[in-house]
Amino acid sequence: MNGAHDMGGVHGFGPVVQEENEPNFHADWEAKAFALQMSASGGRWNIDMSRFARENSPPADYLARSYYDMWAYGLEKLIVESGMVTPDELAAARDGAHFEPVQTPTFGPEKVGRAMRAGGSARVEVDVAPLFAAGQSVRASIDAPLTHTRCPQYVRGRIGVVDRDHGVFTFPDTHAHGGGPKPQHVYAVRFEATELWGSASQGGAVYVDLWDDYLELA
Amino acid sequence: MAQNLDQSPDDDHGQPDDHSHGHDHSHRHDHDHDHGEFSELSDVELRVRALESLLTEKGFVDPATLDALVQYHEEKIGPRNGAQVVAKAWTDPEYKAWLLSDDASAAIASVGFEGGQGEDMVVIENTDVVHNMVVCTLCSCYPWPVLGLPPVWYKSAPYRSRAVSEPRSVLAEFGTKVGDAVDVRVWDSTAELRYLVLPQRPAGTEGWSLEQLAEIVTRNSMIGTEIVAAP
Repeated sequence: MNGAHDMGGVHGFGPVVQEENEPNFHADWEAKAFALQMSASGGRWNIDMSRFARENSPPADYLARSYYDMWAYGLEKLIVESGMVTPDELAAARDGAHFEPVQTPTFGPEKVGRAMRAGGSARVEVDVAPLFAAGQSVRASIDAPLTHTRCPQYVRGRIGVVDRDHGVFTFPDTHAHGGGPKPQHVYAVRFEATELWGSASQGGAVYVDLWDDYLELA
Repeated sequence: MAQNLDQSPDDDHGQPDDHSHGHDHSHRHDHDHDHGEFSELSDVELRVRALESLLTEKGFVDPATLDALVQYHEEKIGPRNGAQVVAKAWTDPEYKAWLLSDDASAAIASVGFEGGQGEDMVVIENTDVVHNMVVCTLCSCYPWPVLGLPPVWYKSAPYRSRAVSEPRSVLAEFGTKVGDAVDVRVWDSTAELRYLVLPQRPAGTEGWSLEQLAEIVTRNSMIGTEIVAAP
């Protein structure tokens, strides 16, 4: 979707400001929001659904929220959409209500280290033929789906050159909406800065990771 | 195991946070209703408290797991990990070749770093003629096992919007000058590959130990917004 999250090339946000000796979390609630998001899914949703939950919001709202506020916002949507809680329960919790257990937690603290070190690769071990090869010129799709996509607006319709084939990965556009992984190749595609920004280019190039379904030969 | 973690190391998400860390959002919520026992909390604190009580009391989340997750990400990952990888690549040509191959994840795992948001690593080398820098314009994708959780600036709207369109201006804001003839390559992490920049080893470090070398490798040099300064 063409949401406020798709920021590449947008003007007006001002300078990049660094913070010295920055902590990972600036308040306890940030750490809590992080850990809740990391532990709550129980396989009920995937990372692409999580991203869509956050980006599918009014642009002004997306821009006004701080980073971990946005995580909390996405988690609120995910736990309701997945049927874990009702909207009424969520509202009641904010007013201090308490709840009876409906299950025993399955992801205990003793599993954290091993699970984090294992991760969860989106690479899919299936034999799918690549549609493109390094060195070929490709054009990014102009599609502007209302649903989740990882093809940013600033490359749509633009021509680049395949730099390398990363292999076969889950396709987020379907995976975010219950449509399955639709495994396909992902390529790093080099777009010359002049192709993207015209006379405003500062030279060089942008490399964007794009799936087969986003590309056609150019 | 951990079916919970199936895809849930949910990385990323991105949030513009130029008015940083938002401790106080009181200007955004002029609620006049009573929040009972939580009435002293800000809106976002209240919402996160509600999520925590709801999910833990219903048994979806183990409270001790929350603490363990925070502890893991505070203590086990961070840019000192990536600095060890860089130092090794600077001193071991075979290791460097492995790191720059399409087997980078294994090369990094061999030093002890692997896991969520670093499952499929790509390492890109800065040279006299190429300067790489990494961004995630769509959210906040970042190689956690080697760099830790991303700093606020990396997740902020200014960086996400401008790194791709005016990289040299962004580099200048970091005090980084790149020659006009250098090919500036910006890598937008739109997929599940996670990028680590292998910065150039500065002159004057000949004969240094791995530990000495790792000490001078900065986080930003591995994102590509800085170069490693000569001693």
